[in-house]
Amino acid sequence: MSKSHLELTGVDMAFDTPSGAFLALDNVNLKISKGEFVSLIGHSGCGKSTVLNIVAGLLQATRGGCVLDGQEVNTPGPERAVVFQNHALMPWLTVYENVALAVNQVFKKSMGKREKRAWIEHNLALVNMQHALNKRPGEISGGMAQRVGIARALAMKPSVLLMDEPFGALDALTRAHLQDSLMAIQQELNSTVIMITHDVDEAVLLSDRIVMMTNGPAASVGEELAITLPRPRNRVTLADDPDYVHYRQAVLSFLYEKQTFPGRSEPEPAPLPAEPTVAGPSPETAEDSKASTSREAIA
Amino acid sequence: MTTATSSESLKAPPRWFAAATERLSPRALARGGRNLLLPLIGIGLFLLFWQLVAPQVNTSLGSFPAPTDVWQQAGQLWQEHSDERARADRFVTMQEERNARILADNPEADVRIRPYPGAPTFFDQIGTSLVTVLCGFLLATLIAVPLGIVVGLNRHFAAAVNPLIQVFKPVSPLAWLPLVTMVVSATYVSDDPMFEKAFLTSMITVTLCSLWPTLINTSVGVAAVNPDLLNVSKVLQLSFWTHTRKVVLPSSVPMIFTGLRVSLGIAWMVLIAAEMLAQNPGLGKFVWDEFQNGSSQSLSRIMVAVLAIGFIGFLLDRIMLLIQKKVAWNE
Repeated sequence: MSKSHLELTGVDMAFDTPSGAFLALDNVNLKISKGEFVSLIGHSGCGKSTVLNIVAGLLQATRGGCVLDGQEVNTPGPERAVVFQNHALMPWLTVYENVALAVNQVFKKSMGKREKRAWIEHNLALVNMQHALNKRPGEISGGMAQRVGIARALAMKPSVLLMDEPFGALDALTRAHLQDSLMAIQQELNSTVIMITHDVDEAVLLSDRIVMMTNGPAASVGEELAITLPRPRNRVTLADDPDYVHYRQAVLSFLYEKQTFPGRSEPEPAPLPAEPTVAGPSPETAEDSKASTSREAIA
Repeated sequence: MTTATSSESLKAPPRWFAAATERLSPRALARGGRNLLLPLIGIGLFLLFWQLVAPQVNTSLGSFPAPTDVWQQAGQLWQEHSDERARADRFVTMQEERNARILADNPEADVRIRPYPGAPTFFDQIGTSLVTVLCGFLLATLIAVPLGIVVGLNRHFAAAVNPLIQVFKPVSPLAWLPLVTMVVSATYVSDDPMFEKAFLTSMITVTLCSLWPTLINTSVGVAAVNPDLLNVSKVLQLSFWTHTRKVVLPSSVPMIFTGLRVSLGIAWMVLIAAEMLAQNPGLGKFVWDEFQNGSSQSLSRIMVAVLAIGFIGFLLDRIMLLIQKKVAWNE
């Protein structure tokens, strides 16, 4: 945890729009150590995905930049594997072939045929998908497809795993299940993870640190909160843990007291009690509509 | 062989039997009946209407052919075809016998068999038409799919060629034909030509008119690849070729096939017109020759050709659909 593994310095991001430049990010600074699990949380449209896309190399920062292991990030690459919100599997390939596409590309020369096969199967076993190797994405559930998406990303042996609301499109039970899987995998591999989320419980449960972003436009890092809960963490016992409750409270107070919900121009002092994220695993419809608005805002 | 299969089918309950009983169950019969009955009623009513109205329409070649006349001419055409085949066979056998005699006298003799010089029959002409349309369609596909991919991948290129596509797309085959004829006559000069000029002219006209739907659909399909998948490709740093082969092409296969089906339909329609004017010995020439011939049976014979053209067009579309179901991942 000595030298920072990944560092974002003074990142500005402006998008060209018909009505002039739109400043999405203003001076975002972030340091992440090796093996750290960091969550980015904030209201819809605050530019969380933009930050992730800059780290991924899919977007170029207007000013400032991102350095990974002393190398500036300019282009996308497999060492910064991305798990997309809607799995982004090739619908014409089977589960096995989808992971194979990544493995054959990344380890084209460094692995033998048999070694590649074993590595693909190992990663699919890691996410408990070894039973559906020959199924197409259309034949498995959304949760299973997301597992395959995670397996594909892990199979690239990334130095940073980037997850863009990986569980946003899933129902509450499937989400909880996948969160537990992800915790176990991260424990085992000790990978560096940046995850975008809307879900306060998810952020507290999974993260070593939560980075809270202010509302856009010109969004920036508002507060950072280190989560020092011991691992392995158990969602059931944590529900009563005073520290856990305290962390949750801190994030909620940032989101709903310090940052008012965007789209409500008049000041709204009270936190919104009906807001689904407050209630932990939330009804899927509300989560979905929020997810889609944030995607539109990024696009 | 036959005894083996029959004894096998006696031992195990044959699978076709189960399938047949399933198909003969009352529910399935009712469903099948509805599926079959309504089209049959439609066809029956149409034939009745045709039979009643046709004699009222008088032309200089007699009244318009009724279904019965057309049926009779269809039989007649088949008869002519069989007769012609028999004659062709006899022509060849006669030559073979003569050659055998010559060789018996003189083993060094140079013998050859001349092909039968008779006119092509209606069914030969169907064959010619099919070969011509498939060659034209294949050439159109070979041009349109790669070009469509390039247009779909490159926005600047798309902007450059879009006006050309929009202008050339609606051009009638009849307008292209004289130009194609002259160009083929001028450029395809050979003492021992592999193809008839008429064949080339018809084929190229078919290509020119049928490549547009495939070109447009391919480019739209390529441009509409899910952006998430494009990002996956970027993260994996796939090379241009791998990206095109593994991501873009499979993703646009459904759209490409939609274009191919429309193209094949247009190709078949265009072909008849092209053959009429280019005198390629296919169905178009048959219709034209019968029209020029002007006998009392001509209209019935043309009507046989009309029905054959429609039926073959329908079959071609069905075959395309079958291939699409085999190849496309979303079917």
